[in-house]
Amino acid sequence: MAMEQTIYRELKATPGVWQMAVLLLAFLAAAAGAWFYMEHHGHAVTGMDNQIVWGLPHVFAIFLIVAASGALNVASIASVFGQTAYKPMARFSSLLAITLLVGGLAIVVLDLGRADRLIVAMTTYNFSSIFAWNVLLYNGFIAVVAVYLVMQMMRRLDYKWVRLAGLFAFLWRLALTTGTGSIFGWLVARPGYDAAILAPLFIVMSFSFGLAVFILVTLALFKLNGRPFGDQLLMRMGRLLGIFAAAVLYFTTVQHLTNLYAAEHGAVERFVLLEGGIYTVLFWGVQVVLGGLIPIALVFLNPSRSSTILASVLVVIGGFAQLYVIIIGGQAYPLEIFPGYEVLEGWHEGVVNPYTPSIWELMLGLGGVALALFAAGLGAKVLRVLPTNLSDANLAAKT
Amino acid sequence: MTNRAEMTRRDIMKSGAAAATVTLAPGVTLMAFGGTAAEAAGRADAGKRWGLLIDASKCSPDCNDCVTACKTENGWGKDIESDHISPEQAPEWIRKVTLRDKTTGRTTSAPVMCQHCEEPPCVDVCPTGASMKRADGIVLVDKHICIGCRYCMMACPYKARSFVHEAITDQPEQNPRGKGTVESCNLCAPRIDSGRIPACVEACEKAGHSAILFGDLKDPDSPISKALKQYPNAALREDLELNPGVRYTNL
Repeated sequence: MAMEQTIYRELKATPGVWQMAVLLLAFLAAAAGAWFYMEHHGHAVTGMDNQIVWGLPHVFAIFLIVAASGALNVASIASVFGQTAYKPMARFSSLLAITLLVGGLAIVVLDLGRADRLIVAMTTYNFSSIFAWNVLLYNGFIAVVAVYLVMQMMRRLDYKWVRLAGLFAFLWRLALTTGTGSIFGWLVARPGYDAAILAPLFIVMSFSFGLAVFILVTLALFKLNGRPFGDQLLMRMGRLLGIFAAAVLYFTTVQHLTNLYAAEHGAVERFVLLEGGIYTVLFWGVQVVLGGLIPIALVFLNPSRSSTILASVLVVIGGFAQLYVIIIGGQAYPLEIFPGYEVLEGWHEGVVNPYTPSIWELMLGLGGVALALFAAGLGAKVLRVLPTNLSDANLAAKT
Repeated sequence: MTNRAEMTRRDIMKSGAAAATVTLAPGVTLMAFGGTAAEAAGRADAGKRWGLLIDASKCSPDCNDCVTACKTENGWGKDIESDHISPEQAPEWIRKVTLRDKTTGRTTSAPVMCQHCEEPPCVDVCPTGASMKRADGIVLVDKHICIGCRYCMMACPYKARSFVHEAITDQPEQNPRGKGTVESCNLCAPRIDSGRIPACVEACEKAGHSAILFGDLKDPDSPISKALKQYPNAALREDLELNPGVRYTNL
């Protein structure tokens, strides 16, 4: 098979690579400082409180976790769905999936009130908790994808085993994202969550965000090392991204239409779609238009190298907005504890809960992103996961 | 999986876990103050289910004695604590709410605390099992294995839980609190285990309102069971079918 002749080489340590490494290390140092500060003073120094219990760190963490499973798509498309054009990128896709997950989990763990008790979370399980299942799904994902990556790198191994490992990893990632969506979908108490559609919605979000992140990170590494990446290949991936972004919009539409139909959810829908202030702006302006409609228009109506890159950036921005609306907006909207009553006095009863993230939370979140990118770059530096040439001519010669 | 809260006293005795002192070496003894979770579970009687019946018609909107008593008993809400943190970050084990019926305009007031559900969502979602239900129906947090993820706070329909946002000093011995863990009303389990009634119930009686009735829901002859049989009453968020141990009447 001609495709087997793809040459994979470690990233060369050019000045650009060093500069990028130093920049990411600076973000990591800042995040470490922010974490020590929060750990020392407690969550009092964050914008999170007893009403908004999960804040900006969780938006970053869940973005990375969702994107991680999506980043694996490129490998799945190659080994499960047999698209040979994607095969040279499959190794890096697997590596990036692992590092994005590690970055996301690092944020979640460091945000814990008692991060020092991580060992408890690893050894004491309550199996009725989707969180406990996620601990197993996340750790298992890292192991499964690592094995899958090693098998891809074993040139002498019969490809059918790679295909089998790829299929297993693909099924695992579907379970993983189902678990992530269910963290919210299974919360009956909050009207902003409590919807079965959140699990499949998170899966299509992962397709979209993960591919966008993969495109951007891969292009950046190729550029840093002066390796060619063909326009046709990039635009082909852009079209796929457009389809995924459209799928996210579709599931989002169904999510809100279903809620609108039920009278009991009317108020929360009015909040998100009309009167929610920042959440309404983020929903329509950033998630739907900037992160959905515009990228779709770019890749289908004006396909080019630059429009694909821009579309990827916009999908990432829209993804953050979507998770902010789901996670923070879902908590900002008040719990309905006393239906039929107006609360004259109480504990933040029936009012929209304000939230202003602190700089520490932002630094921790960015640190998780930096960790994922640094680890991906480091992996590409020491492992032969990136092909030397993805020019269209080279690909055409092989297929 | 064996639920620690469902272990019987005999199980505990058999396993030897009830011993509160452990001899590490001759002359060196480790003492467990306040008891372990297993010990607490050992005290809980599976034949009982503790509950509260709150009569809103007897609750005075101006009286805050139940909240004050809870603060004193459990050591939360001190001025020094609230100086450092925002009001939204302040602990809240029990709160008074004043409600106005949207259609009739009638106003009532009542305390709201952990509702000690039979099917507690906070226990379901807790990854480590720190959020637990005792055999006698009391829902509480084992602060030794709480990792501070706050998922239980996301899951609670009553906003009954709060997170300790900063280091705490000068804590009451019977109720140690810890920075970075979640806490909530434990129905004064330490008092119940020594045969006393919850602090809020006692304070309400002292104030002359007796708006909170405490007792065993499983005992058909207990005053609370009789009252529940006699008067119409409701649970908060009845639609969720969590069967709370805290019931309201005349709300």
